[in-house]
Amino acid sequence: MFLLLPFDSLIVNLLGISLTVLFTLLLVFIIVPAIFGVSFGIRKLYMKTLLKIFAWATLRMERGAKEKNHQLYKPYTNGIIAKDPTSLEEEIKEIRRSGSSKALDNTPEFELSDIFYFCRKGMETIMDDEVTKRFSAEELESWNLLSRTNYNFQYISLRLTVLWGLGVLIRYCFLLPLRIALAFTGISLLVVGTTVVGYLPNGRFKEFLSKHVHLMCYRICVRALTAIITYHDRENRPRNGGICVANHTSPIDVIILASDGYYAMVGQVHGGLMGVIQRAMVKACPHVWFERSEVKDRHLVAKRLTEHVRDKSKLPILIFPEGTCINNTSVMMFKKGSFEIGATVYPVAIKYDPQFGDAFWNSSKYGMVTYLLRMMTSWAVVCSVWYLPPVTREADEDAVQFANRVKSAIARQGGLVDLLWDGGLKREKVKDTFKEEQQKLYSKMIVGNHEDRSRS
Amino acid sequence: MGSRASTLLRDEELEEIKKETGFSHSQITRLYSRFTSLDKGENGTLSREDFQRIPELAINPLGDRIINAFFPEGEDQVNFRGFMRTLAHFRPIEDNEKSKDVNGPEPLNSRSNKLHFAFRLYDLDKDDKISRDELLQVLRMMVGVNISDEQLGSIADRTIQEADQDGDSAISFTEFVKVANFFLILVETEVSLLLRLVSNS
Repeated sequence: MFLLLPFDSLIVNLLGISLTVLFTLLLVFIIVPAIFGVSFGIRKLYMKTLLKIFAWATLRMERGAKEKNHQLYKPYTNGIIAKDPTSLEEEIKEIRRSGSSKALDNTPEFELSDIFYFCRKGMETIMDDEVTKRFSAEELESWNLLSRTNYNFQYISLRLTVLWGLGVLIRYCFLLPLRIALAFTGISLLVVGTTVVGYLPNGRFKEFLSKHVHLMCYRICVRALTAIITYHDRENRPRNGGICVANHTSPIDVIILASDGYYAMVGQVHGGLMGVIQRAMVKACPHVWFERSEVKDRHLVAKRLTEHVRDKSKLPILIFPEGTCINNTSVMMFKKGSFEIGATVYPVAIKYDPQFGDAFWNSSKYGMVTYLLRMMTSWAVVCSVWYLPPVTREADEDAVQFANRVKSAIARQGGLVDLLWDGGLKREKVKDTFKEEQQKLYSKMIVGNHEDRSRS
Repeated sequence: MGSRASTLLRDEELEEIKKETGFSHSQITRLYSRFTSLDKGENGTLSREDFQRIPELAINPLGDRIINAFFPEGEDQVNFRGFMRTLAHFRPIEDNEKSKDVNGPEPLNSRSNKLHFAFRLYDLDKDDKISRDELLQVLRMMVGVNISDEQLGSIADRTIQEADQDGDSAISFTEFVKVANFFLILVETEVSLLLRLVSNS
């Protein structure tokens, strides 16, 4: 028993020293630069090293696969099926033309072969469709040493397994505690800082402090996720009295945008930790928080947003019009609410690089806490943000057309697929009106001919 | 470890499916990945709801009939083998298959099997005849509420009149084939339904 004592104190001493060292390092290399918005470039170096390792890992896996005479499973990101976009009418006419030896001018009203069009379309969508794959994480071209993205693991050699094990060690035992410590610091500073600033009298000094407290805490959170962000076209950043719209992939989008600009947030009031943060933030500067009951009332929402936007002293609003998280390969339908208000819209495109850690929040699979833990145990969060030039609604377009125009611009800039489908299809069934449209189109084809006939 | 494509599909099973359906190794892996992503219950089989979750299929007027084609008589679940067997009907005929031996079993995607598949979409009660009622049902699915009963009835009558040769006021399989010279259509349909997968498959 007595033999243990000197060891005990030794261990305690070692622990104490390492903790102090860790905290000083934290302070110097991470928190201080965050406060001043400077960067040492450590993260970029980290990113470059990782890329080299990933390329090596994929090479080894390909070698392993060749030895077994197999092809490596590679996701074909553009879809399985080679489709040319044609309309219902054109395709049915094609089918009829190739099947019938009759002359074209007495095209009959209905052909038994017409079902082939619907049949083929149906089969194609069963093999690969545009919508359901947007609600699950994007598949990667090469492996990034995370078990969660591995599809080929019968080809992994011993060396790769060792490397993977090392990766697990680094991520869970070194990076994770570091990141949790940073996140904790960031959030507590935010809550404390904004509450303190809230006690000051309104004026320029309060605004100045509030802005910098917000920015500082978001920057610390960015480092807590090891987010490596490249901002493009910063001269187009949103100004007061405007609305900033962006494509939505995860709650981290907010942190990414807010660490480079000062926004008024819009959202539902939550309970728990989120609620505490929300109540603190609103003391320092006006954000727009809605009660759960108010969210359903679209007029009320529109009214409050309009009031906020009209006041030029208030900050630009940050909104995600898709309404739900999409997996960052496409942009889905924008809800027209924010486009009806009549303010200047500042579109922003956010594109994540999934190689370092997939940022998509699959809310039907993971809760918020599990998601954050997954984020903190990935290698990093790498993304590009493009600030697009501001747009306003033209006289001859309605809110829906305006929303679609903005959506196309964002999709084009971010290299994402522009879809008209509603992101709500993640949870809800598709409306019957779409089927009715198809039926109407087809009816026109067979009845339209009938009318021509009766005329002659 | 994640549950992904080639991990859960055993090599023997893959070979069997390859022999039965004619799909290549990578095509089967790809479609297995698709199967698992549709299988929300993660129990290795698909139900009708799993298919209906595909929005583009849900808005297809013949969606329900097509989904039905996957499920064997009276069953509510389809496993991966059944899934591939049905999809195999639409696999394009490769050039090297055209001159295959006549004595072997007919491949699933032969022209005759494709025609049978289409015929079965009409023939719900499986009596090898498309009756006026069955034809009306399919027509109604395709046009929705946009055409009146009388008009639809006359379209159906006209179609049966043109096709019927043995005077039983119903369309048999041979009559079905003759009516629109389906063989030509099938060539077109195959060429446009291309399964394009990564490099050599």
